[in-house]
Amino acid sequence: MSPLAPVLAAAPESFLSRVGGGFFVDLVVKVVVVMVFVLVAPLVIGYMEHKVLAHMQHRLGPMEAGRFHGWAQLVADGIKFVQKEDIVPAAVDARVFTLAPAVVLVPYIALFVVLPFGRTIWAENFDVGIFYTLAIGSVTVIGTLMAGWSSANKFALIGALRAAAQLIAYELPLVLASVAVVMQSGTLSLVGIAEAQHRYWYVLTQPIGALIFLAASLAELTRSPFDMPMADSEIIAGAYTEYTGLKFAFFLLAEYAGVVALSGIAAVLFLGAYQPLPFLGFVPGPIWMLAKVAALSFIVIWFRATYPRLREDQLQRFSWILLVPLALADVLATAVVKVAVR
Amino acid sequence: MDTERERALFSSQSEAWMLRGGGIDLVVDDGLRTEEMLLNIGPQHPSTHGVLRVVLELDGERIVRAEPVIGYMHRAAEKLAEFRDPLQVMVLMNRHDWISAFNNEIGWVLAVETMLGIEVPERAQWIRTMLAEWNRILNHLMFCGSYPLELGAMTPVFYAFREREMIQALLESTTGARMHHSFARIGGLKDDLPRGFVRQSREVLAWVRAKMGEFEDLVMGNEIIHARTRNVGVLPPGVAVAYGCSGPVLQASGVPMDPRRDEPYLKYGEVEFDVPVGTNGDSYDRLWVLVQRIYESCRIIEQCLDKLPPGPFVAPKLPKKIKIPAGEVYVRTENPLGLMGYYVVGDGGEAPYRLKMRTASFSNVSVIPELLRGALVPDLVSVLGSVFFVVGDVDR
Repeated sequence: MSPLAPVLAAAPESFLSRVGGGFFVDLVVKVVVVMVFVLVAPLVIGYMEHKVLAHMQHRLGPMEAGRFHGWAQLVADGIKFVQKEDIVPAAVDARVFTLAPAVVLVPYIALFVVLPFGRTIWAENFDVGIFYTLAIGSVTVIGTLMAGWSSANKFALIGALRAAAQLIAYELPLVLASVAVVMQSGTLSLVGIAEAQHRYWYVLTQPIGALIFLAASLAELTRSPFDMPMADSEIIAGAYTEYTGLKFAFFLLAEYAGVVALSGIAAVLFLGAYQPLPFLGFVPGPIWMLAKVAALSFIVIWFRATYPRLREDQLQRFSWILLVPLALADVLATAVVKVAVR
Repeated sequence: MDTERERALFSSQSEAWMLRGGGIDLVVDDGLRTEEMLLNIGPQHPSTHGVLRVVLELDGERIVRAEPVIGYMHRAAEKLAEFRDPLQVMVLMNRHDWISAFNNEIGWVLAVETMLGIEVPERAQWIRTMLAEWNRILNHLMFCGSYPLELGAMTPVFYAFREREMIQALLESTTGARMHHSFARIGGLKDDLPRGFVRQSREVLAWVRAKMGEFEDLVMGNEIIHARTRNVGVLPPGVAVAYGCSGPVLQASGVPMDPRRDEPYLKYGEVEFDVPVGTNGDSYDRLWVLVQRIYESCRIIEQCLDKLPPGPFVAPKLPKKIKIPAGEVYVRTENPLGLMGYYVVGDGGEAPYRLKMRTASFSNVSVIPELLRGALVPDLVSVLGSVFFVVGDVDR
């Protein structure tokens, strides 16, 4: 029996359940809270990207919208997107074309449901939490494929196929890096994994796994230096080339939601989610979680400011020759240590 | 599968496609067969900076055939020159390659001065040399910045433009213009240097040198840049010479050809500088040569500042109306992008009877099909960005 079992058995209810009023009220409250978070967090990260990139590049970034350092820039962008004409080119498969942005965005929304922001601050606590997040996170590529295929555009097709190939290559190291953490903690539940790190963060015991997870999630998000699926200097915007207005805004929102989501998962797996640093226990858990998500997002943005993009074949080689064997070795080492320590 | 069919070099189908300007041909065929995909890049495409169009025949992501289609920016500069006097022509000449404007006008002015046999004062020649080198740095910084941008690194371009801005300010204080300087005159220059120019130049020079070190750290040592540019788009010296490549593209292939050193014009014979030469002729070497050329230009400017003599900035006895004498002349100069030749034929009138420009970009672009054969689509930007060209300079 896992030493964590008593902890898990004593895991409290979500704070959202305390509202009372039965299943449906509960459901509505949870959906509203998650939706608000999903719509706000990407805007914050998007604004952060604007500003961080700008300052790294010797410029100011948005300064006008909202009067104070352009804080409302992304809101203004959103309003602009709404006003744009919604162009559906004649040759596209209109139904698939329209559905694609939703298929890209919805999995990320569903993913936020399980992220723990405190011991009791989460919407759902599945027993198979990490399995659920990784599985649902990879649904987005279907949306990208749909967008690329239905666009009837050569650039879009190339971009979509690149995205699909990339996802297949990087899903494996991503899962394997998580498996090592799961083995160490002895639970699949995200809250359980976070609780298991109350003494030390897993980045200390799983440094290689953390690096693999970082690289693989950058590829999964198609962020620099793995952003070939939408390499703007080669294939315009990849699968999103034909999209305009609100549909395009959905893809953008999904991109930033993805950054928040995968930073969140990484924070749970390796940085102890809401667990504080020593002597700083007086700072509330949700602030720790948000700070960790922001810090990881900052690293993602930093990568974008620094690196050019790899070539598609180099990216595949990097995954299959380096990351996958390394991740397997990591899993093996974790297993050996786990048995030996026990 | 039909394996016996051989694909012609120019299949009539793709020719028709190119003439028509796009669209999809549906060929209904029994049995499964694969077909190359035709991909049209440009004339409006972010990586062809300008209106170059490249038609690619793709087998998966591998390029089977690449064909640059030029002429979208043809402005008939040579024909227009036949109806204008030398000063007006100069204004045309600094427009075809808009980021080496001063070097272009120098070439034209030298051609006319050679025909007329005008002696240009020492000071004017030194200033011309110096401004030409400042202009060269401007141009090279532009390409050094935009090349990583095409490879996906968005930061270097902003750093490059910070330095460009300082040099622009310097040139603006001298010539009054940021882009099309029109500062040279037949027999000298429009004006002398402004007060404080030498001191300010030295400051900017020190800054550019320091910041180029930063740029090299960020770009030239970057492993992904190495992965993307090493052994990509290798141009053997023989091919480069056969296509008439020049400038950084030729030097990267290991051919140390540089008119500044081989047949010095202006004051290039009296300053010390090296011609950097690459070893592999790949994209990385082309970028490396560009960076080295910036350092060499800095050296030349430093020497110009030291040796700048006092004196007039324009020849004292110039004819009121400059007429191009009967005869012909060919003057070649080293533009930032390569060899720039002006072939002028005069008939005693004010306007040249005929003007032919030999531009560097035209030859550099013509070698693109050689470089792209068998490359991957992502290599396209790596190659296009590194055979440095300006579309206006290609089409004129």
